[in-house]
Amino acid sequence: MKPSSFNYHAPTRVEEATALLAEHGDGAKVLAGGQSLVPMLSLRLASFEHLVDLNKVDGLSAIERVNGHLRVGAIVRQAVAEHSADVAASVPLLSKALPHIGHFQIRNRGTVGGSIAHADPASELPAVALALDATIEAAGPGGTRKIAAADFFVSTWQTALADDEILSAVEFPVWGPGSGFAVEELTRRHGDFALAGAVVGVQVSGDTVTKATIGLFGVGPTPLRASAAEAALLSGADAAEAGKVAASHISPVDDIHASGAYRTQVTAVIVRRAIEAALKEARS
Amino acid sequence: MSDEVVVKLNVNGRDHKVLVEPRKLLSDVLREDLHLTGTHVGCEHGACGACTVMVDGAAVRACLLFAVQVDGSKVVTVEGVTPTDGTLNPFQQAMQDCHGLQCGFCTPGFVVSMTSYLDDHPNPTDDDLKIALSGNLCRCTGYRGIINAARTAAGLPVPANAADGSDH
Repeated sequence: MKPSSFNYHAPTRVEEATALLAEHGDGAKVLAGGQSLVPMLSLRLASFEHLVDLNKVDGLSAIERVNGHLRVGAIVRQAVAEHSADVAASVPLLSKALPHIGHFQIRNRGTVGGSIAHADPASELPAVALALDATIEAAGPGGTRKIAAADFFVSTWQTALADDEILSAVEFPVWGPGSGFAVEELTRRHGDFALAGAVVGVQVSGDTVTKATIGLFGVGPTPLRASAAEAALLSGADAAEAGKVAASHISPVDDIHASGAYRTQVTAVIVRRAIEAALKEARS
Repeated sequence: MSDEVVVKLNVNGRDHKVLVEPRKLLSDVLREDLHLTGTHVGCEHGACGACTVMVDGAAVRACLLFAVQVDGSKVVTVEGVTPTDGTLNPFQQAMQDCHGLQCGFCTPGFVVSMTSYLDDHPNPTDDDLKIALSGNLCRCTGYRGIINAARTAAGLPVPANAADGSDH
């Protein structure tokens, strides 16, 4: 139950961090909040010769409004984002998702960027990033590039980041008035990874749904967009119908926690509940 | 084996300097190098909360941090949450009054977590308290007494049917 030996690096500049990653290749791993990485190291599910700690890197801990987006730096703590008035006002879906992560002691260390870069398919923030069409900023030795969330999540724990890149920021689009958001998930205990979860955003004009996004987590190798259910909602389907459409397009696998069939059935219900809650908020 | 590094920590108001491998967890440094064995090590992978300490004012799992990461930080362990006059802090006193501990293994984690939580949230609701307590596990399953201790320390009423463990 102790991690194997590693060399610890605590760079203070992004360029130093990416140079270390370039030098050590897949022998190096980025350490942000460490709330997923350290257990994996302790359980010896993973080991690395080098850990590159981002916590002392300058310029990665700001939350700021930029061009219609809310830009969240890589090492903004989940607890900081959870209690940020800027986040609550600009990206309510992120605010609503954060309290579902682990426990407050975990969120005091865990980071928004780290959760997204870790890309656990049963975790909340990758689904939020995908549902909101967030943009992930990757910094590498040659500079930075932007990656659409839709292209970022490759498979379980795998992203489009190269070995020598770090996730340096996530930019979440800010929705306008008349919008509502909700997060629904089924967990065995508060703070556990979800057996199935849904994040929903809607925007309404009178009785008409003008914009809809639905992200699913815990039901595939990556977070998923329920595109057919979004289209159904925009065509006038009610929440229950959209929930059934969302469930009909997924094929979650069986594991020790729940069967795929159960997850599918639950998805129809939680998508319905999330849509109902989001619509209620949008119309209030 | 990687080279040992010097880590400076202020723990419960006292400065310490230790020479440790980077892989050494904060929980192990507190127990083995500083002999502060009040911080208990249960699951060692972040699930049980027995090792909870405060780092720079925030409650965290000491088993999910390498000591080298918190070089220069202020750490408060369960040994440091008690008033200097020898009395117990409000949550500790409530744990005693409400029979909030059985074997006592999980107690330091609950005490540090709730001392920190109640400092930051002086007026929680009953539901807030239950969620705040969810990050610590008691394998004696003595949650009723612990929840009642949290209610008592927060100034919330203890329901009559929750006064003892008879409705487990």
